[in-house]
Amino acid sequence: MSNWALILYCGLITYLTRFSMIALIKKEMFNDRIREILSFVPSAIFPAIIFPAIFINDKGLFEIDDNPKILAAIIAMVIGIFSRSIIATIFSGLASYWFLIFVV
Amino acid sequence: MKSNFKVFLKGIIDVSPLMIPVVPFGLIFGVLAIDIGFTPIETMAMSLIIFGGASQIVLLQLFSGGASSLVIISSVGAVNSRHLLYGAVVSEHLSDLKLIWKIIISYFLIDQAFAISNEYLKKNKDNNRYFHLVGGGATCWVIWQSTTFLGIILGAAIPEKLGLSFAVPLTFLALLVNDFRKFINVIVIIISGLVATLGYNYIPFKAYVIVAAFAGLFTAMILTIKNKKV
Repeated sequence: MSNWALILYCGLITYLTRFSMIALIKKEMFNDRIREILSFVPSAIFPAIIFPAIFINDKGLFEIDDNPKILAAIIAMVIGIFSRSIIATIFSGLASYWFLIFVV
Repeated sequence: MKSNFKVFLKGIIDVSPLMIPVVPFGLIFGVLAIDIGFTPIETMAMSLIIFGGASQIVLLQLFSGGASSLVIISSVGAVNSRHLLYGAVVSEHLSDLKLIWKIIISYFLIDQAFAISNEYLKKNKDNNRYFHLVGGGATCWVIWQSTTFLGIILGAAIPEKLGLSFAVPLTFLALLVNDFRKFINVIVIIISGLVATLGYNYIPFKAYVIVAAFAGLFTAMILTIKNKKV
């Protein structure tokens, strides 16, 4: 398959995952119970992106010793819980990560 | 009711903090794609056609690892399956719209825009509330395309040592700050994170994202039933 075909297919499948539910689901299908479950979608998906990015290295190996990302993420999380600020969370995480890799 | 433009603007303002980590992410993508051997035009086309950071990085990772096209496409599909859930969540607010708007908005249904507009859509009942999602999505679009372009041009001038890829999990972490205060959400977060981490190497086609998401939602389902009985 050429690179162009690959890009087009990947684009198509990405778009379809975004479009299909919006196109198919009708407002009448919602009730309070479904709304309640769906309100957990961010909590259910984002950790699946966060955890591997922190704990698994480029080679696909689990990394827990000598991994500054863990401490940086914990600092960011604590700052986030207290500040409730998206910007403060991101900056404190990056700042502590750089501090840990460049200074410590 | 606010004007369409004002709602659009609100979307831009609300999503702005989330754009900070998108900058390094876009740069890294541009640099990596060229490094792996895609032409500048192909690299730009990926950002324009796919318009999804996670999908594009997965594409690069598997492509450079010599995976077959079928594996690459199905992995991109699996990584993207989270959009099915985003779509399900926002569809309630979009169901009265004309098909053309559904087609346009779907292109902009990305993580960051979903995260901020989900809150807005829940709180506002105005008929034009979907402009918020368009505003957030369009902002991300502009940033993503321009940083991809910059990454292609700057190339190796960007030091890898900065560990800018760490900005990606941080964005998602920042999106959960309010959920860390709720007990059931914390349990859901831990379950999903554990399943994703343990399944990362064992669940084929990078489907660990959606497997973990469903494990999390299933947990939420059980915990909320129990909650009611008490």
